Amino acid sequence: MGKLFQIALRNLRRYKRRSALTISLIAFGVIFVLVFVAITSSFKELMIRQITDSYLGDLQVHRRGYVASIETLPLNLNLIPQQAAAVEKVLRENPEVSAYSERIKFGAMFSNFAETTNIRINGVVPEMEFAACPQMASRISEGEKSVRALEKGKVLVPALLARGMGTKVGDTVVVVATNKDGSVNGKPFVVSGILESATGPGGRDGYIHLEDAMEILRMAQKEVSEFAVNVKAMGRVDRVAANLEAKLAAAAKDPKKVPFQVHTWSQLSPFANIANMIDLMTFFIKLMLIAIVLISILNVMIMAVYERVREIGTIAAIGTSPRKILSLFLVEGFCLGLTGAVVGVLLALGIIVVLNLSKLSFTFGQAKDLILAPNIAPLEVVSASVMVIVVSLLASAQPAYKASRMEPIDALRHV
Amino acid sequence: MSLITAQSLSKTYATDSVEVKALQAVSFEIQAGSFLSFVGPSGSGKTTLLNLVGCLDKPSGGSLEVAGADVLRLDRRAAAAFRGENIGFVFQSFNLMPVLTAFENVEYPLVMVQNLHAGERRARVLELLDAVGMSDQKDKLPDQLSGGQKQRIAIARALVTRPKLVLADEPTANLDHETAYTIIRLMKNDTRIIGEAEIVCTLEDGKLVRCEEAHG
Repeated sequence: MGKLFQIALRNLRRYKRRSALTISLIAFGVIFVLVFVAITSSFKELMIRQITDSYLGDLQVHRRGYVASIETLPLNLNLIPQQAAAVEKVLRENPEVSAYSERIKFGAMFSNFAETTNIRINGVVPEMEFAACPQMASRISEGEKSVRALEKGKVLVPALLARGMGTKVGDTVVVVATNKDGSVNGKPFVVSGILESATGPGGRDGYIHLEDAMEILRMAQKEVSEFAVNVKAMGRVDRVAANLEAKLAAAAKDPKKVPFQVHTWSQLSPFANIANMIDLMTFFIKLMLIAIVLISILNVMIMAVYERVREIGTIAAIGTSPRKILSLFLVEGFCLGLTGAVVGVLLALGIIVVLNLSKLSFTFGQAKDLILAPNIAPLEVVSASVMVIVVSLLASAQPAYKASRMEPIDALRHV
Repeated sequence: MSLITAQSLSKTYATDSVEVKALQAVSFEIQAGSFLSFVGPSGSGKTTLLNLVGCLDKPSGGSLEVAGADVLRLDRRAAAAFRGENIGFVFQSFNLMPVLTAFENVEYPLVMVQNLHAGERRARVLELLDAVGMSDQKDKLPDQLSGGQKQRIAIARALVTRPKLVLADEPTANLDHETAYTIIRLMKNDTRIIGEAEIVCTLEDGKLVRCEEAHG
């Protein structure tokens, strides 16, 4: 076997320029794929974190049907106190849930006494909200940047609205809403901070204390629109959701009419579609890599067989078995692919390190100055390399087979 | 026992429109000996006969037995194995592997065909290189060798597997007279090189005369 590799490598060295060109083509493809995957996956992760940690949570629990009509924030689809208590119990008992926040969501009028506009309000328990959405504090661009921003009587105003209305920290505003019985109520608030927008729905909501929300909506008992849940391991979010769903179904009185619904972030945020698009693009880029490797190796190996017909005739005449001749050419293709993959991986890793050192920042929608930190999972590196090597072998198979089937007498006569 | 037995051997090449009868009912028997030449003008069927004996080609008719094996019954793989075990080839244009050194070229059949272990391989290759007077050139690539030197290496390669039969098709055609003479002498007389092998070679008329003159 060692001798096969020795001969294969010498043959590749014989056509230095051609081999170098093929190797660099493959390496280029590998670099392209790995750097692309590193950048897009870090972009994806960053955006998902941005969305889940700033307002969405990793998953949410609602009353059945709430999400379907979430645009109108229907108060009559809130979880009634017993249901909310059942959900809280399930969430508290799940070891994979790190934090959750109960919210009362409603549409309201927002007035600074000079102008009035509409606003979506989340009534939350500040400590719970800041725990379930850890990036909440960093979203507050002006004013109080802690749970104290949501003390009773204070409101966090979304930046776009504050800018449009000329509202500043310390201003007094009024929030007016209609409750589910149809009666209108209002309450004055002091603006405690301005909240930077986040990508996606809910990224432009205002926040007040849960008890203030109950007061405006004249709720005698706490009803909950949604639970935003933060899980310990993001990778297990689907499993946690399934687990919670099962537990909630068990907690329901009638198992056929479970009043709860669990949605993961990807079911709630349109960014999931972008994430899927990125995955699809990655898939097509990988297909391109396969095409590059296939064509370049096939080309080189067909040339190699064509140019060495007499040599093939000679080694066949002196008794080299067809299988060994086949192996000889397969090993050549394998070496080309392997070298291309190794060179590509090393350069790609180098480029990823450089990208990390240069701290590229970008803006996505309303999210500004996001720092891109490309990183690549070892599995991606291994799978790209294996793919290149397997495709190299496949591409060499036909020319190698042709070489092994040559009649020595014809091959020796070849000029 | 005869080394080669041919009976009514014929070979016809069919091209698109014409049939060329290269051999017609050739019968002969060769005992194990030392040196034999098929001599004839160009186109007389020397190479065709040699290819048949070397299991590189199949006859159109007749029977042929080489070293106890019925050549007609060998399939591709068996024929390759048979050649590797029993036959050494010396080609007109040397046909050395350009990427291998002189030493490696001689070693090649022992690695790829007979699978000998390294120690024995090395000893055998060095012995043959010494016998053909190429020990000091063993690390050179074929490109760095003269025609005569290349043919010496090719002879060493043909003999390294200790074949029963060495077939040389016009081994001197690409060499000058002096070198051709030396090569023929090597193959004909040096028992240290040829050992037990039967050497069969094809030569054009003129070459043979000159060889015989030079050699006696």
